[in-house]
Amino acid sequence: MSDDVETDVLIDARGSFCPGPLMELIRAIREGEVGETIAILSNDNGSKRDIPLWVGKAGHELIGVFDKEDHDRIVVKKLK
Amino acid sequence: MADKMSLIVFSGTMDKLMPVGILASGGVAMGMDVEIFATFWGLQSLAKGASEQPPRMSKDFEDMAPMMMQMMKEKNVPSWLDTLRTAKELGNVKVLACAMTADLMGMDKDSFDDIVDDIVGVGEFVDSAKDAKITLFI
Repeated sequence: MSDDVETDVLIDARGSFCPGPLMELIRAIREGEVGETIAILSNDNGSKRDIPLWVGKAGHELIGVFDKEDHDRIVVKKLK
Repeated sequence: MADKMSLIVFSGTMDKLMPVGILASGGVAMGMDVEIFATFWGLQSLAKGASEQPPRMSKDFEDMAPMMMQMMKEKNVPSWLDTLRTAKELGNVKVLACAMTADLMGMDKDSFDDIVDDIVGVGEFVDSAKDAKITLFI
């Protein structure tokens, strides 16, 4: 899957610090539908590690962490 | 039953309160229940309106406070209480006021910010905290 793939939800958390982006993602996953894809944009280095860890623990699918030079685009699919 | 993180929040300065909000968020993110026992200066920081007062900085880092405040303002870092509120919205976070401090300061449930769930004695808190996987005194 290419890193620019369209997702159902886009969260722009650039400028937000740890744990901000992760908390925004958790909220979006909770409010979303099963099967929905969510992209979160973040330039926080803690979140780059925390989000994949959380996604695994929470049982969702990490589609990818894409380096966009000045930020990361992290794409997640809600599985349950 | 979910694992539990227990935080005893004694301090009332920003450098100690920021980690309270952040650690509580981390606990919620990792699926833990979070229980916060606020006492002394920590409890005073949860009095109604306390968050509108200028934040206090620990004496040790007094000289760095203006720089720190400036940086946090520029980068739009949310207040510790807002961070804690978000954690509470997303997970199981209980904020308990220390009954002894509340008595000492003549405060009751109405004196505190809405984030405070209950006023409990130290015995009840310790009884609950004995099951925690992580316990921190801040």
